[in-house]
Amino acid sequence: MEVTNITKKRIIEYLEQGKRFDKRGLLEHRDLKINLGISNMAEGSAQVFLGKTEVMAGVKLDTMAPYKDSEEAGVLMVTAELSPMASERFEHGPPRIQAIELARIIDRGIRESEIINLSKLCIKKGEKVWSVMVDIYAINDDGNLIDAAAIAAVAAIMSAVMPKIDKDDKVQYGDFTKEKLPTTNAMPTTVTFYKIGSQWVIDPDAEEEESSELRISFAVSFPSDKKSKSKEIDKDNAMINAMQKGGGYAAVAIDEVKDLIDLAVEKAASLQEKIKKQID
Amino acid sequence: MEGKKEIKDEKEKISKKEDEKIEKIARDMVIPGETIVSGEDYLPGEGTMREGKKIISTRLGLVEYINRLVKVIPVSGVYIPRRGNNVIGKITDINFNGWQVDISAPYSAFLSTKECFFPRMIRDPEEFLSIGDMITAKVYSIKRKGIDLTMQDRGLHKIEGGMTITINPNKVPRVIGKEGSMVNMIKLETGCNITVGQNGIIWIKGESIDTELFAKDAVLLIAEKAHVEGLTGIVQEFLEKRKKGLKKETLEKKEEN
Amino acid sequence: MTYEKRFDGRDFDETRETKVEIGIIPRADGSAKFTFGNTKAIATIYGPRLLHPQHHQDPEKAKLRCNYDMLSFSVSERKKPGPSRRSTEVSHVIENALSSVVQLESFPGTAVDLEIEVIQADASTRCAGINAASLALAHAGIPMTDLISSVSVGCIGNKICIDLRKEEEDYEEDDEKMATDIPMAFSTRTGKMTLLQLDGKIKPKMLKEAIDAGFKACLKINEIQKKALRALKLKE
Repeated sequence: MEVTNITKKRIIEYLEQGKRFDKRGLLEHRDLKINLGISNMAEGSAQVFLGKTEVMAGVKLDTMAPYKDSEEAGVLMVTAELSPMASERFEHGPPRIQAIELARIIDRGIRESEIINLSKLCIKKGEKVWSVMVDIYAINDDGNLIDAAAIAAVAAIMSAVMPKIDKDDKVQYGDFTKEKLPTTNAMPTTVTFYKIGSQWVIDPDAEEEESSELRISFAVSFPSDKKSKSKEIDKDNAMINAMQKGGGYAAVAIDEVKDLIDLAVEKAASLQEKIKKQID
Repeated sequence: MEGKKEIKDEKEKISKKEDEKIEKIARDMVIPGETIVSGEDYLPGEGTMREGKKIISTRLGLVEYINRLVKVIPVSGVYIPRRGNNVIGKITDINFNGWQVDISAPYSAFLSTKECFFPRMIRDPEEFLSIGDMITAKVYSIKRKGIDLTMQDRGLHKIEGGMTITINPNKVPRVIGKEGSMVNMIKLETGCNITVGQNGIIWIKGESIDTELFAKDAVLLIAEKAHVEGLTGIVQEFLEKRKKGLKKETLEKKEEN
Repeated sequence: MTYEKRFDGRDFDETRETKVEIGIIPRADGSAKFTFGNTKAIATIYGPRLLHPQHHQDPEKAKLRCNYDMLSFSVSERKKPGPSRRSTEVSHVIENALSSVVQLESFPGTAVDLEIEVIQADASTRCAGINAASLALAHAGIPMTDLISSVSVGCIGNKICIDLRKEEEDYEEDDEKMATDIPMAFSTRTGKMTLLQLDGKIKPKMLKEAIDAGFKACLKINEIQKKALRALKLKE
């Protein structure tokens, strides 16, 4: 059964007291667990748990002819499937708007942050480039699939290795090199804020998410100076690579949005620290 | 003559006992397809079936013997409505003669306007119950096309305030306890009003959200440890500890202010 | 060709290392993971639940609807997300393998939805899927007359081998495929077969031997499944 109206009221009331049912802070994430290499057939793969929410993502590489308008760049595609495994609400069939929106938000975060150096993925100008296919699968929905999926996609990308290609530029699947997929340090991290009643929270569980009328996602990266050798995240370098308002028809005040932008930078930085600890 | 019959009966009893082979004892966990007992005297109860001389489990659950009746108490599975069950449901649709109710069962449930106590003469059913409202109701009839509910019984009403939680319906007997002993213990220690639906939906209403969450945690603890021995002691300990903790919190808050 | 020693050193009647986990997907009514070596499959059950639209309902029994799918990155060449002709057929044979033991008449008009995803594929994926599905069905409290246990049996050269790996399945000599793959499943209590397929070519005598070998292996797999389900009681 969906969250009931009376429980919703309690969730909203409790939030107004600054509290959540699971005793977390309003801007606190659930426990994060990342397992890399969940499929030895993938060039890169990851399984992410955010609380009980579980998402799997994988990277498959192939060679192809480049697009006419970018003859020297590799090709990136991000897809997502909200498997009926993950929730009684998900149905079979081609991806519906929820899956499409999720995939495209994450795609923009990855593409705009330039975490994957697509210019380094050219094999022969105008003839052959690498394609990077990132496929995301929701496995258990306990709220906030967007952020969990974004973590899984990035973890899969950061751990991906190049496969061998033969003299005809055909991929020798299963034959992995030690060379990693060329990435930069501008890792995009997605933080989605959900408005429940009058309060904003992050990383809601299923009941909280069902009680929210609106959400705004931000993908934030911290590209560092080329000169800087430090691996530390510098919040001054923050760049917003994607933003999306969704989840409901409510409207949001400009000042609220401005506050959220600042919060997004804060939360993305701390989340990114946690992610890096688990994937390095 | 009587003596011979007695001996014959005794011999029959002994040979029957030899045929009899009890493979699973009470409270053993059995798997679908497993033999619980073989012997012609045993009767297959719920969760079992007979195959020749053997009684086989058809469910994942715990064995129970009631004399010669063999049952399997399932540890999982969706709620299957039974006549007389008290349930908690959500209104999902309204038409001129009643309401569609979701009771978390694989069948649709209907509450007719004739089966309610109206506070006064209401022309429009929506004035009494709207979509999304929660009710306590009783299952009074199970037909092929669905389930009929009634609110015409003591203590059945529209739910206002509080919160609902959902547990595996198979754990409901444990949450209630013998003659309500377990749920009453929680009510006493938390000061909350608790209504347990046979369908695994539970309504908790207390003086504050903190006490409601206290009761919720106690119920979830029971559902999690339903098959553990000494559960009453475990729950008692939990209630005492939490109560102390809550008292401490309120004292600390008072000191701050 | 005579297959004297298996590539990975196993005995001919030995399965790869099996791993079982039950209840891995909390939102589902029942769920399980089953692993044969490098082949990992997960299964969920939602149901019995209302079946929409109403005219699709079977008034006499529940509908067991199975969907088998592979993650795009579970195989070496990316599998495009979405159903394929192969996955549609496998879904159908899995439904066929499980239906005879599920007591569908207990829930007329409803649906019991089974979802299987292969996370990593190294042959015998439908067998791992069926083993996971049986566990998920029991975990979900669906009444059944037995668990279904499944394994692939191979015939390489003149040798019957249990639980083929991809390396064995794909083995070729002089451009000729050497292995015959025979996925099968049993209700081990009755000894009846519920899944039976063949990919390759084999002499009738060998096929009969393969079936006997498969049954023996499934008896062991059934014990593994039962052990994992029993352990749920201790978990609480």
